[in-house]
Amino acid sequence: MYHKEKSIQIKSSASALYNNLSVLRIAPRSLTYFAVVHANVVNMVSASWDGLNYSHRQLQSKEGSVATSSSLIMQAAWCVLPSRELLVLTSQRGIQMYESDGSIMVYWHALDSPETPTAQAVFTRGIAAVREKYICVGISSGSVLVFDVPSKGSNITLSEVLEEHKESITDMASECSGSLECIADLVSADDSGLLCVWKSGEDFQLLNKIPGFDMSCSSVKLWKGTVVAGYGTGQIRLYEAVTGILHAEINAHARWIYSLDIAPFTGLLLSAAEDSLVRVWHLTMTPETNNVEIEHLYNECVTDTQICGAKFCDGDGYAFAVTGYDLTEIIRYTQG
Amino acid sequence: MSSRTLPLLFINLGGEMLYILDQRLRAQNIPADKAKKVMNDIITTMFNKKFLEELFKPQELYSKKALRTVFDRLAHASIMRLNQASMDKLYDLMTMAFKYQVLLCPRPKDILLVSFNHMDAIKDFVRDTPSILSQVDETFRQLIEIYTPLSAGELQLIRQTLLIFFQDMHIRVSIFLKDKVQNSNGRFVLPTSGPVPCGTQVPGQMRQFSCSGEELKRLQFSNGGNYTSALREGSFEMFGERVIKLGTNMYSVSRPVETHMSGTSKNSAQHTKVNTAPNPLAKEELNLLAKLMGGLEMQTPTSTDSGFRVNLFATDEEEEEALISRPDELSYEVINIQATKDKQANAELAKIMGEFGESGDPAPTSSSKGDDLLAMMDGL
Repeated sequence: MYHKEKSIQIKSSASALYNNLSVLRIAPRSLTYFAVVHANVVNMVSASWDGLNYSHRQLQSKEGSVATSSSLIMQAAWCVLPSRELLVLTSQRGIQMYESDGSIMVYWHALDSPETPTAQAVFTRGIAAVREKYICVGISSGSVLVFDVPSKGSNITLSEVLEEHKESITDMASECSGSLECIADLVSADDSGLLCVWKSGEDFQLLNKIPGFDMSCSSVKLWKGTVVAGYGTGQIRLYEAVTGILHAEINAHARWIYSLDIAPFTGLLLSAAEDSLVRVWHLTMTPETNNVEIEHLYNECVTDTQICGAKFCDGDGYAFAVTGYDLTEIIRYTQG
Repeated sequence: MSSRTLPLLFINLGGEMLYILDQRLRAQNIPADKAKKVMNDIITTMFNKKFLEELFKPQELYSKKALRTVFDRLAHASIMRLNQASMDKLYDLMTMAFKYQVLLCPRPKDILLVSFNHMDAIKDFVRDTPSILSQVDETFRQLIEIYTPLSAGELQLIRQTLLIFFQDMHIRVSIFLKDKVQNSNGRFVLPTSGPVPCGTQVPGQMRQFSCSGEELKRLQFSNGGNYTSALREGSFEMFGERVIKLGTNMYSVSRPVETHMSGTSKNSAQHTKVNTAPNPLAKEELNLLAKLMGGLEMQTPTSTDSGFRVNLFATDEEEEEALISRPDELSYEVINIQATKDKQANAELAKIMGEFGESGDPAPTSSSKGDDLLAMMDGL
C-alpha cells in the first residue's frame, strides 16, 4: 500500500519521547515542515515538495533570555489556528511559543518549578490548538493550561487552568474533522489512562471522563466525535467522546504505543510503537447506527527501531513520516 | 525528566562494572584473596551509606563527564589499578551493556527486574562478608520501597530519561556482535518475535462493540511478527525468580571482551555535541560530586602493599595501542580529583569549580539557581 521514499536527514537523533514528530503542510509555498525533538533541541526541516530543497534550523530550548538551556524538551508541535500557526515547545521549565518557522519567540510561560528537585517530576507535555483561538498545554501535575491567542501579536494570555487529571498529562488532541457539528472540542489523556473530554469556550466545560485501567494513554486523537487512544499495553481503543461508549478495542502492538495520527479527509489511522511497527487502519462511521468500525490495512516494519513519532504528511493520508529513537533521519512513505 | 533516575543508573552500571572486573580478575589469574579484596572494597564503596544518601535524593541526571568521574573513583577504591585505556574500555562496556538492557526491556517496569538481577549478583559476590551484605540488603530494600509503587507512566519517564543519557552511543561490543544482538553499525537488534511483555496481548485481535456494549464482531489482523504470550511476571521482592535475563552476568563464560573503535566516529559526532554544549549545571554537579567524593575513600597503596594492575585488553601492547588510537570524539573527559584528605579535596575541588565558571571567573556564591532564573525573567 505504501513504499519507502527518500529519507530526510536531521541534525541530531530523535529522543525517545511520545509523539516525537510534528508536521506542518504549507500548500501556498509547496513546503512541508518537520519538527523532531533531541534532548533540549528541536530539529526543524523545511522540505520542498519537489524533493530538491531542504533547509534546517535547530531551535534550542530558551528560558526567558537565556540563550542555551539544559532544560529538556518533552514535545514540540505546530498549532494551527484560523489566523496563524505557532510552533509550541513544552519543556521542564515551561512553555515556549514561536512563529511557525521558529524564527521569533512570541510567548514564554514559566512553570512553578520547585527550588530543589522533588521526587515527582515537573514538566509540560501535551499540546493542542482548539477552535479559533485556544492553545492548550498539559502539565505533569495533571493540570491543563488554556491560552487565549490573538490573531496576531504576542499578547497571549493564560485564560484558564483545567484541573481534572491527577496524573501527568501525556497527550492532547482537538477535533480534527473540521466539522462544526461536533460537540466535543478537546480530549486530554494522562498516565493513568484517564481521558477527559472538553467543550471549549470562555470557560471550558468538562463533557465526559473516560477512566483508564491504570494503563498510561500515551497518544490520543479526536475525529468526528470519536476518541482514538493508544496505550502503553499496545492497545488501541475507540470511544464515543461525549458518552464514553467503547466502540472498539484492538490488541494493536506488542510494545508501548508512542504515536497516533488521523488523516481527517479519509479516516485513515496511523499507529506506531516501540515494537518497530507502523500500522495503517481505516475508520468508518455509520451515522445511522452510530457505529464506528475499524479495519486494518497495512503494516510497515522499521527494522531495529523504537518508533517515537509517526504522522501523516497530508489530510488524505497519501504519505506519512516516521522518527525513531537514535535515528538521525525522518523516514517517509508514500502510497503506491 | 525524572528526578529518580540516578540511583538506577548508578547501580546498574556498577553491577556491569563488577561483572567485567570479576571476569578480568579471573582471566588474569589474580590470586583469589586479592581478587576478593578488590570486589569487596569496590562493593563496600558503592554502597557507602553517605554516598547513597546523596544519590537517592531527587535530582537530575549527572552529565556523562561527572558520572564517568564517579566510576573512575569507584574502580580505584581498592588495590587494583587501571590504565586510562582500560578504564575507557571498561566504561564503554558498562554503558553499552546497560543501554542494551534499557532498550530491550519489554516494559518499563522490567528495568526494576534488571536492577534486581544486578543486585542479586552483587549480593552473591559478598555472600561471605555479612557486614557488606547487610549494606547491600539495606539498599535493596530502599530500591523496592521507592520504585515498586511507581506507575507504568512514571517508570517509562525514567526509561526515557535513561535513553536520553545513552543517546547516540553506538560502540560495538564484541560479545554483542557475536551473539547477534548488535549490528555491525553499532545498533541493537530489536526482534519482532518472542513473548510480549506482561500485561500486553499478542497483537491481532480486534473487537467491535455496539452502543449497548455487546460484542458485534471479532476479527484478526496479521501482525507482521512472530509473537508468543507473555511469560509469568518476575518477582519484585528481595528474593524470587526475576524471569527477565537482562542484567544477569553475560561474562560468566570466559570470552574476550573487545570494543571496536573504528566506524563509530560518524555516529558519535552528535553524542559529543550534546556533551560539550555549555552546561550551566556544572557548578551544582561539582558540589554534589564533592559531597559524594567525601563518602568515597580512596586507598593509597603503600610500597609494600599488594597493589596490582588489571588490563581490559589481551596484552599491554594492545592497551597502549588502544589509548593512542582512540578517536577524539570518544574520549571521556574526566575531572581529575586526586584528593585523599578533606582539606586537600576541598581545595582541589574549589579550584576545579572555579575553572568551570564562564571564562574562568570564580563561581558566584550567593545566588541560587532559582534566583538567577527569576532575575532573567524580570528582564523580559
